[in-house]
Amino acid sequence: MLTLGHYLIASGLLFSVGFIGVLLRRNVIIIFMCLELMLSAANLSLVAFSRYNQTAGLPDYNGDVLVFFIITVAAAEVAVGLAIIVALFRSRQITDVTAMNSMKN
Amino acid sequence: MTALFYFFAFVMLAGGLGVVLTRSPVTSAFSMVVSFLGLAALFIMLHAYLIGTLQILVYAGAIMVLFLFIIMLLDLKAEEDRKISLFTVIGGALLVSVFASQIIKVVKALPAAAEAMPELSASASEDVKNTGLLMFTDYVFPLQIIGVLLLVATVGVIVLSKKELK
Repeated sequence: MLTLGHYLIASGLLFSVGFIGVLLRRNVIIIFMCLELMLSAANLSLVAFSRYNQTAGLPDYNGDVLVFFIITVAAAEVAVGLAIIVALFRSRQITDVTAMNSMKN
Repeated sequence: MTALFYFFAFVMLAGGLGVVLTRSPVTSAFSMVVSFLGLAALFIMLHAYLIGTLQILVYAGAIMVLFLFIIMLLDLKAEEDRKISLFTVIGGALLVSVFASQIIKVVKALPAAAEAMPELSASASEDVKNTGLLMFTDYVFPLQIIGVLLLVATVGVIVLSKKELK
């Protein structure tokens, strides 16, 4: 029997996988991908809650609309973020986050 | 149904781990496609057909192509064997395991989380229609704002990608 908890735990685990990637990896593109994983994990929670919270057999479609907006904003964010990464690579030839320390010295 | 859930959740998490653990960026990107396909299958199991389709179209289609394009444009090689600081690995693993165990604990303590997902009525299969109606009535203003946001992002990307920034 599938419960709401199954989906929430799957979502939490996917978020944790993304989180550990952001903490451990150093390549800025991989970190960016892991951020996307975390964002999608949140989407899974939203959809699971919208299917759980029903009125007259219909799910709460407000959750779906919110997920739609999140996906759109994520697409815009990826485009801008990758453009920033390319601009950074062009000026410094680095993709390693530990090498981005020009403001430190 | 439960077996399918575990299968797709496994595919999703294995893809996610593939992103984190493989050295080559191209392998990471393809693992991420696998992860998103598993996630889309979970959306469809939840009868969120529109979101599941969008997940495949936007994430597995557009966003991952963009990632692969940038990886190939920058010609990223697999990371060389570097000394991984033991402190970072232990600290990160500790932080994430505490976080994950807290999530599981909270979800297990939630009374609603133990209830089966309620059955949907037949009209819930008209997912696109119902979502679209809501999107173009209650949420029409946010939808316009999202359109403006996409325009701003497009202009921003073009400005950022110019050879010399002024």
